Amino acid sequence: MSIELLNFIETVLNGLMSGVMYSLVALGFVLIFKASGVFNFAQGVFALFAALTLVGYQTGQVPFAHLINELFGTNYHNWYASMPNFLAIILTMITMIALAWIIERLVLKHLVNQDPIILFMATIGLAFALEGVGDLMWGSDVKVLDVGIPSGGSIWLEEATIGLAAEGSDYYGMYIDVLNVWATVIAVILVVTLALFSQYTKTGRALRAVADDHQAALSVGISLRSIWILVWAISGFIAMVAGIMWGTESGVQFSLSLIALKALPVLILGGFTSIPGAIIGGLLIGVGEKLAEIYIGGYFETGALENWFAYVMALVFLLFRPQGLFGDKIIERV
Amino acid sequence: MIYKETGQYKSSYKSDHAIFPLLQDKIAFSTLMFIAFLIVPLVINSYWEKAILVPFLIFSLAAIGLNILTGYCGQVSLGTGGFMAVGAFSTYKIMTSFPDMNIMIIILISGLITAAVGILFGLPSLRIKGFYLAVATLASQFFLVWLFNKVPWFYNYSDTGQITVSERTMFNIPVTGADAPPYATYLFCLVLVVTLSFAAKNLIRSKMGRSWMAIRDMDIAAEIIGVPPLKTKLSAFAISSFYIGVAGALYFAVFLGAIEVTESFDIMTISFPVLFMIIIGGLGSMLGSFLGAAFIVTLPIGLKFLMVDMVGLSAVTAKHFEITIWGLLMIVFLIVEPHGLARLWSIAKEKLRRWPFPY
Repeated sequence: MSIELLNFIETVLNGLMSGVMYSLVALGFVLIFKASGVFNFAQGVFALFAALTLVGYQTGQVPFAHLINELFGTNYHNWYASMPNFLAIILTMITMIALAWIIERLVLKHLVNQDPIILFMATIGLAFALEGVGDLMWGSDVKVLDVGIPSGGSIWLEEATIGLAAEGSDYYGMYIDVLNVWATVIAVILVVTLALFSQYTKTGRALRAVADDHQAALSVGISLRSIWILVWAISGFIAMVAGIMWGTESGVQFSLSLIALKALPVLILGGFTSIPGAIIGGLLIGVGEKLAEIYIGGYFETGALENWFAYVMALVFLLFRPQGLFGDKIIERV
Repeated sequence: MIYKETGQYKSSYKSDHAIFPLLQDKIAFSTLMFIAFLIVPLVINSYWEKAILVPFLIFSLAAIGLNILTGYCGQVSLGTGGFMAVGAFSTYKIMTSFPDMNIMIIILISGLITAAVGILFGLPSLRIKGFYLAVATLASQFFLVWLFNKVPWFYNYSDTGQITVSERTMFNIPVTGADAPPYATYLFCLVLVVTLSFAAKNLIRSKMGRSWMAIRDMDIAAEIIGVPPLKTKLSAFAISSFYIGVAGALYFAVFLGAIEVTESFDIMTISFPVLFMIIIGGLGSMLGSFLGAAFIVTLPIGLKFLMVDMVGLSAVTAKHFEITIWGLLMIVFLIVEPHGLARLWSIAKEKLRRWPFPY
């Protein structure tokens, strides 16, 4: 095989892997959108908040330590030195469920029957509030998150591919981060579990009923509120997984919340209402972005197309198919 | 009692169509203008200029722009930062290319350039709406900021990537640059803001404004009664971008003087705060744009005073509080008073009409 082809394959593989990361965030969006019609802009901040909380539990930070210390001149920092990963993850999950409950109670309940755009803006507010609370609780310094997922280049793959190039050429094998492989595996498990859950359990059926038609679901005795809490808790859980993955890769910091902005074009491409759409959209954007960076970015000298390429890709797509790849057809009635 | 409108008869179409039909409003507005134009310039100092008045005026203009698009025409935009950057960079390019041109003309041309860019990025609005459109406008935000950051022509190949304003005068008094006196920059912004606000108010009351509102309320119905969606939506994008572009030009030339695009026109520093302004102030209200801008500009100062100087928190913690409070306020406003501060004001007017009598 020629080096160009090998490089191309490597780029596509890496694109697919980072696409999985986008899909993970997009998945949370789609779930909430399907079940409650809310376009949750705070999904990225959810991921940040979950990652912050996880690190906080792991290292035994005292919540609001900065605030308390500054107010009362005390010097609290840590309760305990460390906590097992397993326990910390469980505690974070409980926190995210509590958060979902609080959000339903304080925000969503009061905004029933409002315009979708009002709800959207409310979630922007939610994103800000949650980010502020997260920073106040755990501090805004960059934190290292390590839950034992291996990372770094895969040596096995490098060795396996080094022989593929022609004899005597400068080729050192493909580089793929093991973390991304793990993310892919976890994402697949997550999607399969979700699919099984919504297909075969009673709650799952209720979930799909609500997604299909609020009114009809209400009339057959499904509690909208408990379903909403459930959905927000599930997407909180997905946000936690995404937060762990992204946090392990680049540290837990404010920029983590910006992955929501990365997931938006994925949603447009895949359609707001489709779980397979979120995944395929994520993969497409991931690959497109990496290919553009390498094959088009070179012409600009300056690079960094990643920031907007996905958006423009989605925008061009929107002009031809406004409902996305797999989205429900938009039907308008007067 | 105070807001009594009984006895104020209108005997001509002209008086019926006045912007301030009530005598009380006229008096209040004239007093405000008197204070703003004659008293404030006499007492203004550098702190009030840089911290409160000039940013308030500039953000009011941006809020009016976004309100035209979002509040009156119903097209949600998250690209305000990008459009303000267009205004700022056009000002810079024109300023450096034509050293003799008057600053007022430069700023207005920058507004027109931004309007053209706005039309371009408004094109998707013909196919998509709601938050699909909001996401599409994010594309303009990211693309424009990237463009100004990465294409050296825009910042005249300077090493730092910064653009810096040079001194320009109006009536021989410098209004831009480091030597501009506070009253000059303030009055310069004030004149632009007052003129453009009146223009916007009248536009909204005209046929164009009414068709914007028709599109906002229900686009299909509007189309059926003969409002052309193409013309209406694009005109809203153009005029909104014009205002935002002028605001961006002032933000660069008069307020900051030197900017770095990724910091100054970020989505977090411009786009969202301006959206907050129109939500908190009141969607689809001119008064709301001003109230919202005043609120958002003074909130950080007030909070900083309260938390850093009074309670003794560090600046970082105070900043986190500020973010939290912003978010919470936004949610509270959407729940309690979706029409914002402007609506509170009209409720207050209702109350004042018969106060202190029960009926």
